[in-house]
Amino acid sequence: MTITDRQERALKELLRIAESVYDQIDEGEIPQMSLALRSKKNIEFDPRKNVWTYGDLTAHRGAKTIKGATLMLRTLHMVDFIRDMIDQQHSSTLREMYYISEGWGNGKFNSQDESNLLAEDLEIISRCMREDFKLRPEEDGARIIGDLTIVETDRKGKRKTINCRDDVGDSGYSIPFKVEKDKIEMKSCGAEFVIAIETGGMFDRLVENGFDEESNALLLHLKGQPARSTRRFMKRLNEEMGLPVLVFTDADPWSFRIFASIAYGAIKTAHISDYLATPGAEYVGITSSDILNYDLPSDKLTDQDVAALKSELKDPRFNDEFWRSEIEAMLQMGKKAEQQALAKYGLDFVTDTYLPEKLAEMGIRL
Amino acid sequence: MHSEDDRPKAGSKRSVANDLAGKQQEISVTEFFEKNKHILGFDSRAKALLIGIKEAVDNSLDACEEAGVLPDLFISVQRSDEDEEFHIVIEDNGPGIVHAMMPNVFGRLLFGSRFHAQCQSRGQQGIGISATVMYGNITTGKPARLMSKIEEEDTAWLMDITVDTKRNRPNVTNDQPLIWPEKEHGTRIEYYIRGRYVKGKQSIFEYLKNTAIVNPHAEISYTDPDGKSYLFARATTKMPPKPKEVKPHIQGLEIGDMMSLARDTKQKTVKSFLKNDFSRISDRVANDILELSGISEKVKPSSLGRNEARRLISAVDNVKIMAPPTDCLSPIGEELIKKGLKHVLEGNRPEYYAPPVTRAPRVANGNPFVIEAGIVYGGELPRDGQVSILRFANRVPLLYQQGACAITKAVEAIDWRNYGLEQRGGKGIPYGPAIIMVHIASTKVPFTSEGKEAVANLEEVHKEVALALRLCARSLKSHLNKKERKKKTRAKFDVVQQILPEIAQKSAGMLQRPVPSLDATITKIMNVVWIEPKSAVENGGLREVSYSIYNYTTAPKSFMLHSILPKSCLNETVLDHRLQEVKEDGKATWEIKDLAPSDSTEIRFQLDGELSDVFEESDIFVSGLNMAMIMGADPLPGDWGIKGMEISESDAQPEEEDEDEEQEEVLNDDY
Repeated sequence: MTITDRQERALKELLRIAESVYDQIDEGEIPQMSLALRSKKNIEFDPRKNVWTYGDLTAHRGAKTIKGATLMLRTLHMVDFIRDMIDQQHSSTLREMYYISEGWGNGKFNSQDESNLLAEDLEIISRCMREDFKLRPEEDGARIIGDLTIVETDRKGKRKTINCRDDVGDSGYSIPFKVEKDKIEMKSCGAEFVIAIETGGMFDRLVENGFDEESNALLLHLKGQPARSTRRFMKRLNEEMGLPVLVFTDADPWSFRIFASIAYGAIKTAHISDYLATPGAEYVGITSSDILNYDLPSDKLTDQDVAALKSELKDPRFNDEFWRSEIEAMLQMGKKAEQQALAKYGLDFVTDTYLPEKLAEMGIRL
Repeated sequence: MHSEDDRPKAGSKRSVANDLAGKQQEISVTEFFEKNKHILGFDSRAKALLIGIKEAVDNSLDACEEAGVLPDLFISVQRSDEDEEFHIVIEDNGPGIVHAMMPNVFGRLLFGSRFHAQCQSRGQQGIGISATVMYGNITTGKPARLMSKIEEEDTAWLMDITVDTKRNRPNVTNDQPLIWPEKEHGTRIEYYIRGRYVKGKQSIFEYLKNTAIVNPHAEISYTDPDGKSYLFARATTKMPPKPKEVKPHIQGLEIGDMMSLARDTKQKTVKSFLKNDFSRISDRVANDILELSGISEKVKPSSLGRNEARRLISAVDNVKIMAPPTDCLSPIGEELIKKGLKHVLEGNRPEYYAPPVTRAPRVANGNPFVIEAGIVYGGELPRDGQVSILRFANRVPLLYQQGACAITKAVEAIDWRNYGLEQRGGKGIPYGPAIIMVHIASTKVPFTSEGKEAVANLEEVHKEVALALRLCARSLKSHLNKKERKKKTRAKFDVVQQILPEIAQKSAGMLQRPVPSLDATITKIMNVVWIEPKSAVENGGLREVSYSIYNYTTAPKSFMLHSILPKSCLNETVLDHRLQEVKEDGKATWEIKDLAPSDSTEIRFQLDGELSDVFEESDIFVSGLNMAMIMGADPLPGDWGIKGMEISESDAQPEEEDEDEEQEEVLNDDY
């Protein structure tokens, strides 16, 4: 395998960081790096791409403080490390890099969160993807079951045709950390829509009830906040296979954020929202009004839940009529519910009654 | 006390009273105490073991000081063959006891030289050591063995003593002279006692350790029942000043005391009674008191009744009387408290000793007292849990009844949260890595009971303790503030000394270019003169102190550095040529001239001698430079007394700190 063009570009961009630091010192300045401010304050809707991306606010990281200087040193070490990896065609997990940083003197990471954040910083600075840096996340992608046929190039370079219903076991096809075209090709699809499910319990329930075949659906297990590759995979299903993406989660503030990261783009990865987000994704439930309408068993909101909901009211991504009323309704009743609460009416209720009713509201006839 | 059965029946009162009279008899003091051991502190087996040693040690220290001898004490506690029985030895190098007096001192309760004296001493009632002997007798059936030698005689005397509890008289056996080799003078007591050996807060070790803290002039060696030996070495050869005997002060006297003093006086008139039997009563004051109380000065003191006594006392309250003389008290003193604390606690490497405070003497119940306090903080002192409170009365550690003591109550009433310690609700004993030490010295410490374990919570005492503690606490707080500031400046120093060079090297390595010079960048970041103190103790106690001075600004800098050195310890053979002068009180000044930008220099000196460890290297001051341009030193205090160099140049203020240049939200929102 040769070094790809994207990697070539990544290398160049990264080396430019080192150059800029060097030149600033050489001129007797306090070296500084600038990048987009990664916060809720700096999220803007991009009407062209239909997703939320970073705005114009910039953060400057100077070497004046111990925090800034450490970060700068760390960045240089990481850039050097990535350069090595690309040269030698290795790849490494973010977790591995965290341990490798032991040898970086004052620049070593104190927690893995720091290495994750910095990897994203480098994406922003270099306008490349961390996959181009040969860095892969620790977490694996989600699982999927349904009538979808793909061609995956495996680690030995062999192309395998896989049908995600017939060629896999009951736990489904596992989405790899890299889902670009050179790795996965979408071949054909008999399903009519994707239903992305937050919890494993509900995913297994729909599999057991045969919802994929009965309703001609692709079932996808998000595993909580979906990994980047999962979101990318959904986007490709939506764009290349023309499948609507429907999101089915618990009814609580954290689930709302799962939906936002799928449909609008996550704050942390807003620099690549156009690559990860599926603007057409729709929220099936469970909604605040479902809790009332279906009289579902519920739990009281915790203090953190309430704080999270209030913070969402200030999040520009939730600033539309639907979400404002959902969030306010939840705050008002002070309750949340899990997907599994539907089992109150029997194990088949979700597939026989709830989903058909909800999907019908959205114009999908089963 | 009557029980149900003893209750006299109606009609037979007289005969019962006669019956009782037949049974009533004098009980000896000794017998009373035997039945009420708890009054003396012998109320548990563990406590009995400790109290006995405490009484003997108190006596030894008192005796040594009275004789002007630096105390050398040896204490040994061994298990005997019998269950719960211990063999105790306490030996001192005091003046010794005259042969004829030995039985009375050790075998007769309430026999002592100090019972009637108004004078600060450890033992006061004369109960202690003989009670120990008695308690040992009672619990083991074995006599105590005494050995004592006085300087004037060639032989020592040995005798075995038991206490005849009925007659309050000593029984002596085995009385004989003997040669005590290599002992010029001193006393040794050996006794058996039933007790329980405990470790921890109320252990013999803890008691001796605390004794060493407040008696830095004493050397104490101790062998515990497991055969382990400890030595608390002498920290100073300076003896505490000898306390003097004084007459009582009239303020705060109880009416009963006033009446008995009046009855027993040799004075012929009330006026001469007031003038001669009390301290600080002048002719004028005596007249004022008598006038206010409406008593004629010619009245015989013995004829004063309860009414007159009361009028006298209330008159005293309305007359201004000088505080009692203070030379009768012997506070430990600020320097020696620090010395004692340091000496004993250095193993815990505390980061800070708040300068101890010795308050001016005050009066409570007619007795002068002085409160002293100190706080030790940080290092390896335990971080979780309550702070430990070390209580002392006349240089004796108080280990029991902490909760009932005025000292504890004063500690609890302070809101320590203002001073950097944790405290729930701003009340109670604070939490954190600290030791709070309080000493009360008085001619008569107001204890809550004869056991002498807790100081009574008198208003004056409480107030003084609180004031002393607040002073120490303020020092602690300012230390903590300073530390916080230091941490910040330290971080900056790390940036320029470590991280920035690494950044330069790494970027140069990646680009294969020469490593760039950092001088200009560093100057831009710091823009200060940086002073970094260092101190190291070499073998033999020699202390090497140095100050590294970096000029991280764009212009040459000239200024003065100041410090207070313990002058007696300064090694004058290795002085820096920039040292301008060292004044009598130790105030020293160095002149730094034209330190070039990006340049650094160092001044150093050596301290050697007893007080060298009292010096705090972070107490360094600067004059002649805009303080905004200094890191690592404080401005010269206004009360320094010498004129610092005028600030000759006015530097531009360094740039505003923009610590949080990046207001990054915690990105836990989502992926």
